Amino acid sequence: MSTDAAFDADRPYRLSPNIALRPEPFGALAYDFTTRKLSFLKTRTLVEVVRALEKQPDARSALVSADVPDGERERYLDALAGLLSAGTIEAR
Amino acid sequence: MKLVEHFQRGLDAPICLTWELTYACNLSCVHCLSSSGRRDPRELSTAECKAVIDELQRLQVFYVNIGGGEPTVRPDFWELVSYAVDHQVGVKFSTNGVRITPERARWLASTDYVDVQLSLDGATAEVNDHVRGPGSFDTVIGAMENLREAGFRDFKISVVLTRQNVGQLDDFKRIADHYGAQLRITRLRPSGRGADVWDELHPTAEQQLTLYEWLLDKGENVLTGDSFFHLNALGSTPLPGLNLCGAGRVVCLIDPVGDVYACPFAIHDEFLAGNVRDTGGFTSVWRESDLFERLRTPQTGGSCTSCSAYDSCQGGCMAAKFFTGLPLDGPDPECVKGNGERALAAVGAGTEKPRPDKDHSRTVAPRKRPVAVGIGWGPPEPERIPDRACDTSPLAGFQP
Repeated sequence: MSTDAAFDADRPYRLSPNIALRPEPFGALAYDFTTRKLSFLKTRTLVEVVRALEKQPDARSALVSADVPDGERERYLDALAGLLSAGTIEAR
Repeated sequence: MKLVEHFQRGLDAPICLTWELTYACNLSCVHCLSSSGRRDPRELSTAECKAVIDELQRLQVFYVNIGGGEPTVRPDFWELVSYAVDHQVGVKFSTNGVRITPERARWLASTDYVDVQLSLDGATAEVNDHVRGPGSFDTVIGAMENLREAGFRDFKISVVLTRQNVGQLDDFKRIADHYGAQLRITRLRPSGRGADVWDELHPTAEQQLTLYEWLLDKGENVLTGDSFFHLNALGSTPLPGLNLCGAGRVVCLIDPVGDVYACPFAIHDEFLAGNVRDTGGFTSVWRESDLFERLRTPQTGGSCTSCSAYDSCQGGCMAAKFFTGLPLDGPDPECVKGNGERALAAVGAGTEKPRPDKDHSRTVAPRKRPVAVGIGWGPPEPERIPDRACDTSPLAGFQP
């Protein structure tokens, strides 16, 4: 886990390999098989963003590909920063 | 909709699934919530258990809490643990430690996705063995030694809080720290044989306050199974964790014969949703059973609705209410506002309370009824020589 580096919206990320996502009506459960910690992605759009990270050149592009409205982008970038520090996503 | 509301309406699969693999147990703890002791001949076979694991993998149930009975006495137990972790179903299993040999501890330490939870109900042999039976303290401490020796870090030490051990909270923490383990404390339920001892063993109102304050003060790295949410009404600081009853919504139990109950503390026909052997398997039971659908509809607070603390305690534990004869939409028997005691007094005056109806206790509980007559093997000792040849009367040589 590269939790040392701060989140940078212009860099590429991906779902950490030790995390599994389970879709649910509210979004998804995120389970870390290494730490056995369960966390929640609280909107379906956030799940789409997280899944898009791997295919996009940077985090900002993942927001675009998941159709995050302009007004909500800052909120989603904050969420991604939180997921990075929790180890749910990692730099690639 | 808030996350907690989604939970109340039920998820596509459980988050936390308890799976009791056998009713067989070498101990006969007085508060056993599954009334375990004897194996049930209808218990799921190895192949059936593997089919359940395959289903859990498809449902993305990421981990199961395996218990019993004593799950490790099943001959195929380690095979099933390996099968589960090989199919992305992590395992935490509860044990009294009887099979945690040095060799097994090393295997566990080297296996990913397996966590061990040792049951300890007293920080001293005296307090522990009173509830769990003679010798059980030494057994579990031996298992902890073996796990520590093998380098297994952060295994769980699980304590059911009783009137007798609330005063030992700091001692439990010290034991956990000593073994590099994590302490877990949970609530005593009047379920299974626990129904018989609940009056004697459940913490007093004063002890509940001590516990709440201890959890706020020192409980940061202490697990609770989110089982003390009824204490939230004691103060303005909510305890960490899920503040709701997850029964049939995010939690359920699969018992050794494949019956699916709303939660591990509710082994009674009233809370039986179906069986994994039914058509459609566990998935259909979880998603379509009448009972679970009912539990996922909005619940009323009943007589608690007008209470200022209802938002923080949510009416408490369904199983605790049921087995103490209280209405499910009324107060928890351990309601910190004292409403439970008043309701219990009313119950005592009238209707009979429901009894746990699935008993696998051994008919002769070893600690309750000691065998008065020894059964000898090998040549009889001089004082045991039968009165006459071929007449080994059980009373021969008996000295009252």
